[in-house]
Amino acid sequence: MSGYLDMELLRFTTAGSVDDGKSTLIGRLLYDSKSIFEDQLEAVEQASRNRGNEEVNLALLTDGLRAEREQGITIDVAYRYFATPKRKFIIADTPGHIQYTRNMVTGASTADLAIILIDARNGVVEQTVRHSCIASLLGIPYITVCVNKMDLVDFSEQVFAEIRANYEEMARKLGIRATLHFIPISAKYGDNVVEKSANMPWFSGGPLMQWLEKVSIEHKMGYDSQPFRFPVQYVIRPISDKFPDYRAYAGRMSGGVLRKGDRVRVLPSGLESAVKAIMQTDKELDTAHTPESVSVLLEDDIDISRGDMLVGTEGPQPTVTQVLKMHCCWFNEAEMQLRKRYLIRTAVQETIGMVQSVDYRLDINTLEKIEGVSSLKMNDIAAITVKCANPLVVDNYADNRTTGSVIFIDPDSFETVGAGMVQL
Amino acid sequence: MYKLTHLKELESESIYVLREVAAQFEKPAILFSGGKDSIVVTYLAYKAFYPAKIPFPLLHIDTGHNFQETLDYRDALVEKLGAQLVVGSVQESIDKGRVKEEKGYNASRNRLQTTTLLDTIEEYKFDACIGGARRDEEKARAKERFFSHRDEFGQWNPKNQRPELWNIFNGRKNMGEHFRVFPISNWTEMDVWQYIYQENIPLPSLYFTHERRCFLRDGQWLAAEPCMTLKPTEEVVTRRVRCRTIGDITCTGLTISEANNLEDIIREIAATRVTERGGRADDKRSETAMEDRKKEGYF
Repeated sequence: MSGYLDMELLRFTTAGSVDDGKSTLIGRLLYDSKSIFEDQLEAVEQASRNRGNEEVNLALLTDGLRAEREQGITIDVAYRYFATPKRKFIIADTPGHIQYTRNMVTGASTADLAIILIDARNGVVEQTVRHSCIASLLGIPYITVCVNKMDLVDFSEQVFAEIRANYEEMARKLGIRATLHFIPISAKYGDNVVEKSANMPWFSGGPLMQWLEKVSIEHKMGYDSQPFRFPVQYVIRPISDKFPDYRAYAGRMSGGVLRKGDRVRVLPSGLESAVKAIMQTDKELDTAHTPESVSVLLEDDIDISRGDMLVGTEGPQPTVTQVLKMHCCWFNEAEMQLRKRYLIRTAVQETIGMVQSVDYRLDINTLEKIEGVSSLKMNDIAAITVKCANPLVVDNYADNRTTGSVIFIDPDSFETVGAGMVQL
Repeated sequence: MYKLTHLKELESESIYVLREVAAQFEKPAILFSGGKDSIVVTYLAYKAFYPAKIPFPLLHIDTGHNFQETLDYRDALVEKLGAQLVVGSVQESIDKGRVKEEKGYNASRNRLQTTTLLDTIEEYKFDACIGGARRDEEKARAKERFFSHRDEFGQWNPKNQRPELWNIFNGRKNMGEHFRVFPISNWTEMDVWQYIYQENIPLPSLYFTHERRCFLRDGQWLAAEPCMTLKPTEEVVTRRVRCRTIGDITCTGLTISEANNLEDIIREIAATRVTERGGRADDKRSETAMEDRKKEGYF
């Protein structure tokens, strides 16, 4: 029983061109880890027959919407879950089509690892570059390149080596900082997916599943060296007979470690105090780690509310600023306009802001930086400068994905129209 | 060495979402069905705001066809938490002529609940309804956001959902619109059971094995309660059963089981080859039954 309670969680996203075998790979991971149930398989078999498909179409497992099934494409991110005895996995299955870049960004924003599929016959193509660029911009710590359909190239070591070399060269050009890993697979026949392939004895590495089970997840636990960050979400004030003066700041650890007794600074005010207690419901903790949700009581009675951030008094500080430079992905059919008012939101802050300038737009197929642009269309990726009505407390996205990210909200429709990754 | 377990990470995420609801909305409510998922959500809300009380009422849509055990559990929980309970009654919606009772052997009030739910939301001006739906449950639910927008008709538009990135949740809306919020979106059935076990959360007795009068329809055991109309060929027998999910009596399938504690249940689920909604008659009406109901405003 204890084994069930003691697992780790890895979030990954999958990307690849339309026919690279993404659905087949996911289907295989789910099927071989016994995460597809009989009634689901029956429903998919029935649905495949109704469509006149000869083989069972495993894509129907993830394409759940009526419109997706009708058109045979993935429109929106679908989340899938499976577990092995070692780990629990969340897959954000994202669409491959270029018009759904925004959905890929959504799925990738919380991923620990991205699987990028390459068809062994085609090698590195435009889509590969585009998906790698997005994965890199979103700061995904691991990129795992699966060279698929190895069965169609006679399981050739040379083909794999060439694709690997091409990819590494592209990654250098893109400046990808993620840890790269390459696996030759055949999703259709299961080679190097869950079991090591007998057809590729030349490959010394393990199968994909083994890699997913052993990749380190330390990056999300706020190692001791990472600066402490605690955006205040909500103030807990019971105002009851039992807790008359109780006041705790509720939030989620968003960087580093917090210990009882630590000196903390409140931003943007700059006031300081010390940690009196760290609470998890009625349990007092000595230490809180990222990404735990806790509440913090301070020694001094100072003015703190939602939107403030607690940080350490030593070490690197976040930036408090009204002018931010960032990478931006635009999501909406309505184009981004310069000097139009948008609501700019971080995890806990919101202010009115406007885009002052587009510094360049990135052509994600050629990786060319195009200057002289004054608006952004849906799915565009650009570097922009934003001016806000009130100061925001932010870090560089490359240092902290939680405190370095913002979204743009249209003030009329209230739709989420863009996402930004701060690069001061 | 600190170890971040999957349950700790899921719990932290859910508590974060619940606190966002309290911070962003004026009048939220927890949709409470008496099933294990809404029980876990309520428990997480207790943890999120302790030592303050949960800042939302529990909203129960009562089809009038509930197991007595569910209602008893609900009332005891509300009293223990000192929470407010709001009940929307499907029977009342029928009496007022807002909806029409289905006819035939498979008649169920499952779909009628949507009208009662939307009427209750409007009456109390709830602007966010927190539910226990999970993405692993069903293929349309796999596409859900944590913060899921509903227009003024209560409709879900799955083709144009707001992108949801990192842990930034956009709860902005126009007058008359509302949100459905799903804090345990990323939990699986197994996670829920493991968490109930780890935290020792009390559950309604229906989840454990007990003797019950039941009958078999289309390969599924159902409870022989007065609200069920039996076909002449259907025979009532007594079996030792338990519920894997709990809804309204008319659509809650029973599993033949001897599991009488959480460890047995977890072992049983680890070995099962059928999803929990495999026993839900409401999902079997068509290939996209859940998506269709959700678009209308269902849970």
